[in-house]
Amino acid sequence: MLRRSFGQVAIAAAAAPIAAPALAQSGPIEISFWHGLAQPLGGILEGIANQFNESQTRFRIVSSFRGSYPETMVAAIAGFRSATAPHIVQMFEVGTGTMMAAGRAIKPVHELLAETGVAINFNDYLPAVRGYYSLADGRMMSMPFNSSTAIMFYNKDAFRRAGLNPDQAPKTWAEMRAAATRLRAAGVEIPMTTAWPTWTQVEQFSAIHNTPLATLDNGFGGLNTELQVNNPLMVRHLNTLMEMGRENTFRWGGRDGAGDALFANGSAGMIFASSGARARFVRELPGGLANLGAAMLPYYNDVGGAPINSIIGGASFWAMNRGPNATRSADENRGIAEFFAFIAQARIAAAWHTETGFLPVTQTAFQQVQASGFYTQNPGADIPIQQLLRGGGQMTGNSRGIRLGGFVEIRTIMQEEMERALQGQQTAEVALNNSVTRGNVVLRNFERTNRA
Amino acid sequence: MEKKVYFRGIALPYFLLLPQLIITGLFFFWPAGQAVYQSFLREDAFGLSSTFVGFENFADVLSDPTWLQSALRTLLFSSSVAVLALGFALFLAVQADKHIRGANTYKTLLIWPYAVAPAIAAVLWLFMFHPSIGLFGRMLNGMGIPWDYKLNGNQAMLLIILAAAWKQVSYNFIFFLAGLQSIPKAVLEAASIDGARPMRRFWTVVFPLLSPTAFFLLVVNLVYAFFDTFGIIHSLTQGGPGKATETLIYRVYTDGVMNLNFGSSAAQSVILMILVVCLTVVQFRYVERKVHY
Repeated sequence: MLRRSFGQVAIAAAAAPIAAPALAQSGPIEISFWHGLAQPLGGILEGIANQFNESQTRFRIVSSFRGSYPETMVAAIAGFRSATAPHIVQMFEVGTGTMMAAGRAIKPVHELLAETGVAINFNDYLPAVRGYYSLADGRMMSMPFNSSTAIMFYNKDAFRRAGLNPDQAPKTWAEMRAAATRLRAAGVEIPMTTAWPTWTQVEQFSAIHNTPLATLDNGFGGLNTELQVNNPLMVRHLNTLMEMGRENTFRWGGRDGAGDALFANGSAGMIFASSGARARFVRELPGGLANLGAAMLPYYNDVGGAPINSIIGGASFWAMNRGPNATRSADENRGIAEFFAFIAQARIAAAWHTETGFLPVTQTAFQQVQASGFYTQNPGADIPIQQLLRGGGQMTGNSRGIRLGGFVEIRTIMQEEMERALQGQQTAEVALNNSVTRGNVVLRNFERTNRA
Repeated sequence: MEKKVYFRGIALPYFLLLPQLIITGLFFFWPAGQAVYQSFLREDAFGLSSTFVGFENFADVLSDPTWLQSALRTLLFSSSVAVLALGFALFLAVQADKHIRGANTYKTLLIWPYAVAPAIAAVLWLFMFHPSIGLFGRMLNGMGIPWDYKLNGNQAMLLIILAAAWKQVSYNFIFFLAGLQSIPKAVLEAASIDGARPMRRFWTVVFPLLSPTAFFLLVVNLVYAFFDTFGIIHSLTQGGPGKATETLIYRVYTDGVMNLNFGSSAAQSVILMILVVCLTVVQFRYVERKVHY
C-alpha cells in the first residue's frame, strides 16, 4: 500500500515537467495581480477578476492578496528588485507619488493603451479621479478603480439613545462636539473616533477647508514641494481633537485602518472612515444597514469658502515591468490592457460601487446607479459622491489631491506627532512644526534620489 | 589534560570544515557584506539609480535625535526584559526544585510558553490588554484606571516589556532548573549543618554556583530583547504610540521595509552589527573570566 503510493508520487513527479510546457502552450496567458484588500472587499474584487477570466479564454488573471496596502506596495517594490514583480499591482493613493517617479519599473497606462490599441474612454471618469492619476498634461499613469473618499459614519441607535436626531448628522465641528458630549453623557463608550487619522483629520480636513497641505499644489507642481501643515487652522483643529480627547469624547483608534473595528463592533458613536468601509459596516455593525448613518465630513463654518470638495483616496491599478532588466511581452501587455478595459465598463464600476461603498468612478456608472433607484433604497450611499462635488465641484490646487514622494513615511511621521500631542507630551503647534520639519527631510531625500 | 589531534596535510581539515564555511559565508558574511555595501549608497525605492555617498548615511543616523532616543529606549527595554525574565525564572526554578507534589506537571507547564511564536504571543497579549476588546483592558477601564496603550506611551512600553519577558521566562527556567539540579547536595547539606538558613544558603551557596548559568542567560536575554522581539512589537504596537516602543531593530525595519530608505536602514544595521561585535568581545575577554565556575 505504502509502496504503491510512493510509486504514484514518483510517476506524477516525473510526468510533471513533461506536462507543464504542454499546458503552458495551450492554456491562457497568466497575468498576476496583487491586491491589498482584506475580506469582504478582497473577495468581491477577486470575483471581478474571475468574471474577466470567464469572459474570454486568452488571458487569466491570477489574483493574490498581499496584506495591507502598505505591505502590498512593499511587496511589489521588492518583487521588482528581484525581477518577480506582478503584472498589475493595486497601489493606494499614498504610493502614487512614488510610483509616478518609478521610471521603468512601471508601464504608464497611456503607453500601454497606445501600444496595444485598446481604448478606454477616460473622459467619462470623474474629474477628481482622473486628475489624481494623470500627469499635468492629462496622460493617465495608472488605472483608476477603487476610489473612495473619507466620510463620517454614525450609529443611529446611539444617536437615539442620546436623544439626537438619527436622520440629522452634525454638520460643523461645533455641532460635532455638542453631539459627542451628549453621546458620552448617554453612556456611549467612544463618542467619536477615526480610521486613517492623518487622511481624515489632516489631508481631507485641509482639502475641504481649501487649505494647502504642501506647497506647489500639494506636490502636483513638482518634487521640490514643502509641507505646510503647521498653519493656524490645522493647529486649531488638532487642539479641538486634543480637548475632545481630554473630555473623553474622542478616542484615538490607532493608526491606519485600525479605528474601523471600534465602529464595526458598535462601541463608537461616530467615525471618520473611508467610504469603502461601508461594506464592512453593513455586515458587522449591530443593527446592520438600518442602523448605519452616513454624512459628509464636518467643517468649521467660520472658515471662509468652506466646505469645498474632499479628495479621493483608495487605490488604483498600476501595470509593472517584471524587473530592472526585464520587460513584458506584447501578449502580456495586451492582457493587462484588456483587463483594464474590462473593469472600465460602466456595469462593473456600478456593481463595485453599490456592493462596497467605493465611488462610482465613471459618470455613466453613476447615472446607471442613480437610474436604478439604489440611492433611494440605500440612503447615504450617495454621500461620498455628493461630497466630492461639494462647493460646486470646482477643484482648487488644495483639493485636487496630494502627490508627495515618501508619503507613507510622512503619514507615519504625522501620526507619531499627533499621538504624542494627544498623549499630552507636546502642544499642537509643536506637533505640527515637528511634522513639517521631519516630513520635509523625507521630501528632500525623495527629491534627491529621484531627480531624473 | 588537553587532547590534541593533528591532521596530516591541509586538504582534509578544510574539506571537513567546508560545509560549515559555506553556510557561514552564504548566510552570514554575504548578507552582512551587502548591508555594509548598501550603507554607503543612496538609492531610490526601485533600485534604478544609486549614488555613492560615503559615510553620509551614518552621519545622518547618528545625528538624528530620534535615533538616539531609540537607542536609549532599547537599552531600557532590553535591561527591563532581561531583569524581569531572569528574576521570575529564577524564582520559579527555585520553587520547582523543591520536593512538591506534581512537580513534573508544574515544570512542563512552565516550559510551554517557549513554544509559542512571538507574533502569536503578542496576539494573546493583545486580546488580554486591548483597551476596547481585551479582557483585562476593559476590566482596568471599568475599574476607573484609564488604560489605553494605543495612546499612552508608558503603558505601551510596559505591555511589550511584559509580553517579551513572559516569552523568555520558560527558556530561562529550563536553564536555571538544570543549574540548580547540578548543584551537589553535599554542599547544601554541609551548609545546613553549619546552621545556614534557606535564604542564606541560597545567597551564599546556590547563587554563586548558578552564576555561570545566570551570566550566560543574561547575554542570551539581552540579545533576545535586542533582536528577537520584533514580532511582539510589530503585532502589539508597531513602534507607537509616537515612537514610544520603537527599538533599534524595529527602526531598521520601518526605515528599510516601510519607508524604503535602504541606505539609512543598512547604516543602522551596520551600527547594530558593530554593537554586537563589541558585546561579544567584552563577554569573552573580560566578563566570562570573572564568573565563578
